[in-house]
Amino acid sequence: MTASVEFCPGGPMLVRGATEVKDDTGEVHPVERPVVALCRCRRSQRKPWCDNSHKQPKRKT
Amino acid sequence: MSSRHALQGQLSPSRGVHGKPGRGARVSNRLPEPCGTLSAAVARSLTTEGGSRPAPRPSDVRTVDDPLADRDFQLALWMLYELHYRGFEEVPDVLEWDPLLLAARAALEHRFEEAVRALAEPGADPGVLAELTRGAASEPPADVADEVVRRLVDMTRGGAEGGAAAYLAEHATAEQFVSYLRQRAVYHLRESDPQSFVLPRIGGPAKVALAELQYDEYGAGRPDRLHQQIFARGLEALGLTTDLTTYVDEAEAETLASVNTMSLFALNRRLRGAALGHLAAFEATSSLPCAKVADGARRLGLPEEVVDYYEEHVEADAVHEQLAIRSICGAVVAEDPRLAPDVVMGAAACLAVDGLAADVLVARWRDEPIDAGVAS
Repeated sequence: MTASVEFCPGGPMLVRGATEVKDDTGEVHPVERPVVALCRCRRSQRKPWCDNSHKQPKRKT
Repeated sequence: MSSRHALQGQLSPSRGVHGKPGRGARVSNRLPEPCGTLSAAVARSLTTEGGSRPAPRPSDVRTVDDPLADRDFQLALWMLYELHYRGFEEVPDVLEWDPLLLAARAALEHRFEEAVRALAEPGADPGVLAELTRGAASEPPADVADEVVRRLVDMTRGGAEGGAAAYLAEHATAEQFVSYLRQRAVYHLRESDPQSFVLPRIGGPAKVALAELQYDEYGAGRPDRLHQQIFARGLEALGLTTDLTTYVDEAEAETLASVNTMSLFALNRRLRGAALGHLAAFEATSSLPCAKVADGARRLGLPEEVVDYYEEHVEADAVHEQLAIRSICGAVVAEDPRLAPDVVMGAAACLAVDGLAADVLVARWRDEPIDAGVAS
């Protein structure tokens, strides 16, 4: 299967057909489902995966 | 965790219901205990050999005031729907298509659909439904689809059972948490099965996306990741039975109404739009609450298998939400814009009925003294 990427408006990036994701620290995360959602808002508690934190009100930091 | 032993003692897998001896953890598909005229009529009609089978009559159904809160009504309907899933050991399989039972089901469904639509209507916004109906006839299908996607995103910003998840995260006792699992078991032991009935009823990109979502629900090629099985492992780790009927016997009317809503939409082809809207709302209000429920399970020191189920759904449902709203509902409306109002109604029905089921549990928990909670 060739990999494909889909950007969801206001949401994550869906990736199909990947076998692993290397995050910005160099850590490699194996892909264990046919489609994965990658965090784009940088607020996920489970990076690199989306956990829907983009839907929560933004906290003042 | 100090209460773990006590919990397992109270809720041992061999415990029977209604004082009867237990039938073991693996016994499944026993008929539930009837709890009124309608469910007793269905149980009789399923088990009477030969002769006339007195299914509930439409006149019996008309006397029901509030089907969503009427346990007898919901249990009768649940038993009739179950014939289309796994059936019952003591009931001949051929009764799935018995004309008398189908007529009984139709009478119950008619009353149930009215009640579900009435409850869903405020959330769906009658003005929006009318506009979508008009738009379906006059606007380009892609525009109608975009509007449905926008509506679904707006409607699901809150959450169907946010109150229950927050309570479980912060306040619930272990007994209350287990009582939640026991109610939810009625759905999760059959998780995603209703939506599979929709697959042959749609085509094109929406079908592909629904198959992709269901494949993930069904373990993505790995039997140990079948979501129904992950939930069952959580029950087993707590020393609880995985026998569905045990949980149906103790389920609230609103819990049964929640799963019956899915079957109503999924088993009637004319309601396929509502089934997909329901799926979208379900998935889109799952990820954040599941993270909270997982927090609650960890706070209480519940077994890792219980945490695993909810953790799995944080990531999975963040994906499924996008698939369900855009790739499934958007695509199915683009192909047939006439489905637009039902997609939105189905989503509103999910939020309203599941909200009702969660409210019943939270209200009970809040009334319970903090140390006296006993799972029913």
